[in-house]
Amino acid sequence: MTAHPLASSKPVLGLSVERRYRLIYKPLVFLACLAPLAWMACSVFGWLGFTPPVDAVKFLELRCGKSALNLLMLTLMVTPVRELARLPNLLRLRRMLGLFAFFYVVLHFAVYLVLDVDLDWHQVATDILKRPYITVGFTALVLLVPLAVTSTKRMMRRMGRRWTRLHRLIYPISALGICHFYWQEKIDVREPLVYAGVLLLLLGYRWVRSPKMWAVLAPIRAPRSALWRGGAPARVAQHASPGRLAAVPAGSASQPVRAHNRSVRSSVANDPCAGQ
Amino acid sequence: MTTRIPRIAPSEITPPEVYFDRRRFLTGALAASAGAVLARAGAAVLPSAAGAPLQYTNDAAESVGALVHAPEQDETPNSWEQITHYNNYYEFGTSKSDPAAYAGQLQVRPWSLAVAGEAERTGTFALEDFLKPYALEERIYRFRCVEAWSMVIPWVGFPLAQLLQQFKPTSRAKFVAFETLYRPSQMPGQRMPILQWPYREGLRIDEAMNPLAFMVVGLYGRVLPNQSGAPLRLIVPWKYGFKSIKAIVRIVFSEQQPVTTWSQAAPNEYGFYANVNPHVPHPRWSQATERRIGAPLFHERQATLMFNGYAPEVAYLYKGMDLHQYF
Repeated sequence: MTAHPLASSKPVLGLSVERRYRLIYKPLVFLACLAPLAWMACSVFGWLGFTPPVDAVKFLELRCGKSALNLLMLTLMVTPVRELARLPNLLRLRRMLGLFAFFYVVLHFAVYLVLDVDLDWHQVATDILKRPYITVGFTALVLLVPLAVTSTKRMMRRMGRRWTRLHRLIYPISALGICHFYWQEKIDVREPLVYAGVLLLLLGYRWVRSPKMWAVLAPIRAPRSALWRGGAPARVAQHASPGRLAAVPAGSASQPVRAHNRSVRSSVANDPCAGQ
Repeated sequence: MTTRIPRIAPSEITPPEVYFDRRRFLTGALAASAGAVLARAGAAVLPSAAGAPLQYTNDAAESVGALVHAPEQDETPNSWEQITHYNNYYEFGTSKSDPAAYAGQLQVRPWSLAVAGEAERTGTFALEDFLKPYALEERIYRFRCVEAWSMVIPWVGFPLAQLLQQFKPTSRAKFVAFETLYRPSQMPGQRMPILQWPYREGLRIDEAMNPLAFMVVGLYGRVLPNQSGAPLRLIVPWKYGFKSIKAIVRIVFSEQQPVTTWSQAAPNEYGFYANVNPHVPHPRWSQATERRIGAPLFHERQATLMFNGYAPEVAYLYKGMDLHQYF
């Protein structure tokens, strides 16, 4: 965990960090997130001198899908960037990025449903059940719904630690999304592989970081040198398991750690999702 | 059988600029003596400039394979722009817009073709000599991609059967194989190992001799643009588009079934036959319906027809074959 969010709230341009985000950064990010939509609209309707794509349906399907993947990757970049660049307040943008990812996923599905298969429910059912890449994509969409629904501040407070655990679904969802992209390619999988590489980096960061974080956060842990010498293999295995991708320990963690973590959470009470 | 074709006037199917150009040519041709026109009809003349008008005399509406089998479908040909800016031609890149963007750098003159294998006449020929024996004609064919989209395209060319007969294939010639140019310096996609270059395709000899199989040198009455497979490509309208190999440099008659690029790349997804068949899905998507390129945004998909609507002409070729096995 980097510095406490409030620690960096020096006024800039006479604005507190809260107001800078609310009045400047968030509106800018909001507009940037709408840019793919604007591009699609200009292309399809030939506005502003854009050339309409020959196959508008495929164009919309692909652009929505890729925009969703891009925003998922950006959402997952928030944690590494705020930690590495010591910009803890970036967390304030994460919900918007995540919700826009969901927005483009829904749009992607709507284009498929309405423009591609013309609401042919039989075809939709067959696709979802029998075409693995659509099964995978649809699963990702379904899994995103609870995340979007529980994205409000109120739900964060109400769910507490369960919120963090639920929202870790974003990792398998991203992987499913990339699988879906990979699987529909006829032969040239270079682009999906780039996404897979980025996702691996982002997950790898969390995996690498977690033991270090534990060294700082959990005084109960054996010294690092002892670990490398085989001092506490069971715990090392637990901390380093690939499933442990987020910093906040899951239910399997030992009791003192949980207690410690609660205290960490209470110290960043306005960021109940911090550290994911 | 309903004949729908006569209702499509040329003015409806051709972009105005192409259409007017063509009328001008035809007027000129009619003004010339009938004898001159006939003399020209026997020898294909292929101007080197892409887009130059081609000389042919037939009426596509009366040609072999005229679109008469699907009266329920809209068979208005796609525009020049659609046909030439939405291409799968991985030699220039895997995006549909790559061929239009990068094919201009390909030098299609001089061009030579090699004919080899089980035939009495083999050798290497300059394109101009190679094309001389054939009269060009226009044919409007449905084009169905394995990716489940389709177009209607007015090609100009000559029957593949005529070409093959020129070389007198022997009785051992059971198949005919085609090869695309391999020139990475002008075909940037070939610098990536996306597929095994050069691109190769093939047909059974009786398929190749079917009157519908067509060698193409033109589009919309003009010389074929590079992104559409200039200077010479194949069109097999009852098969998925990838069978219709482009920029052909080599033709080989063989006794064995030739290796073909896509079936080599993914044998469980793309077969040697690759006949358009709504009943045999691609392992990852359905082939029962298709989206006609250029249809309005809220237009419904249309049913894919058996053998792309050419069953009356070609179904006999596959009598007794299990098309699920030989997909």
